[in-house]
Amino acid sequence: MDRDTFIEKLNELLAEEFEVDVQTIHPDSTIKITLALDSLSFVDLIAVIENEFGVKIPGQELKELKVFSQLYDYIYDKIEQK
Amino acid sequence: MGVYSCLGKNLDEVRESLYNGKSGIIFDPVRKEMGFRSALTAHLEIPDLKGQVSRNQRVYMPEQAKYAYVATTEALRNARLDQDYIDSHEIGLLYGNDSTADAVVKSVDTMREKKDTTLVGSGAIFQSMNSTVTMNLGCLFRLKGINLTVSGACASGSHAIGLGSLLIKWGLQDCIVCGGAQEVNPYSIGSFDGINAFSTRESDPTKASRPFDRDRDGLVPGGGAATVIIESYESAVKRGAPILAEVIGYGFSSNGDHMSVPNVDGPSRSLEMCLREAHVDKKDIAYINAHATSTPVGDKNEAKAIANVFEGYKPVVASTKAMTGHEMWMAGSSEIVYSMLMMQNDFIAPNINFENPDEDSARLNIPAKRLDTHFDMFLSNSFGFGGTNSTLIVKRFTK
Repeated sequence: MDRDTFIEKLNELLAEEFEVDVQTIHPDSTIKITLALDSLSFVDLIAVIENEFGVKIPGQELKELKVFSQLYDYIYDKIEQK
Repeated sequence: MGVYSCLGKNLDEVRESLYNGKSGIIFDPVRKEMGFRSALTAHLEIPDLKGQVSRNQRVYMPEQAKYAYVATTEALRNARLDQDYIDSHEIGLLYGNDSTADAVVKSVDTMREKKDTTLVGSGAIFQSMNSTVTMNLGCLFRLKGINLTVSGACASGSHAIGLGSLLIKWGLQDCIVCGGAQEVNPYSIGSFDGINAFSTRESDPTKASRPFDRDRDGLVPGGGAATVIIESYESAVKRGAPILAEVIGYGFSSNGDHMSVPNVDGPSRSLEMCLREAHVDKKDIAYINAHATSTPVGDKNEAKAIANVFEGYKPVVASTKAMTGHEMWMAGSSEIVYSMLMMQNDFIAPNINFENPDEDSARLNIPAKRLDTHFDMFLSNSFGFGGTNSTLIVKRFTK
């Protein structure tokens, strides 16, 4: 899967799971604000990514990922390492 | 009041079903594929709350919390309790619920398959706790008074209203959201099916639930949610609430006997206590909404208890479970709502499928057809596994 396809797939997945307009998801937009995440729904972000891409993001590492571009890089690197 | 059941998605729809004796029971082929002895069930859709409740709140809600949300929204609206009033007063919450099987089964399945607890998601813990309905309603409606789930098996919803009436009587709360909710998914009642408690009259689903009928062969599981707002007279008058009726009696007892087989003594004591607490003569009771679930022993012993306690007088006795099936944790509340709808609209719903009495039900006045009649007071029985019994008496409000 090339990077653009991966990003498009991830954005659609997150838009559906967190019920936001996919157009609001940009590389430089803040994950927490865009997806309206609270301390509990962060767990769902980890779960939906793990279920779809087989990549588990430890909670502490997720906290370091502030914007979507960081999330894309993190997951895509893990996919490529497989 | 508010309700969401197999008879309708709101009070108007439910009133029509009750009036016309319409059954909400179907044959569910999925249950047959799952190995159920009986695939009969009440049928209702799980409400789609997208657009009404946020995604982050909806993930905490199992189906019974969704039913309860719809019923409570209707009840608050009818009671003219808006969010501003709720935010500035300590409104309580007592709701009956006694299972969360679907949520528990799904989380355990995920843990077993994935070996990763994160994958059960953020909502699983809140859906899996027995207090899930009160947790959800308390947060969604921002209620600030007592917040407690009442788990009393199939009498849960009745005990919730009874206990609420005591808290108000004692001056500890002015207004309480009371009710009962029941999940309808197959997992929740698979083990119940396993003990041969359900009717197997699968060829004729709407005829399967036959309370008091000689040929009854078991209950049919149902569910949904029903909410009533109970309030002190002073509080209701002060805010100009539409007062519908008064809870004038609450009786309770425990059989101290068998796990699943009801006796006559326990229900009799609950009935007698309720009449005593209400300070009414038994002849003031026009209608008894019986617990009668359509099981051979349960109906027989309730018929004996009613006949004994009401000796010398025959109020109308009927069980709405003929139409709804057994709504279990919800039943004690929904049957107050059903009876209230009848009292408001001058009819008593038919005990459909009552074709032939047995020797015990022959002692009661059970109408197979609807009665168009005015009445001012009714009694509602609810009994549950473990021998818990609850009885309520409700009187039409007059100034």
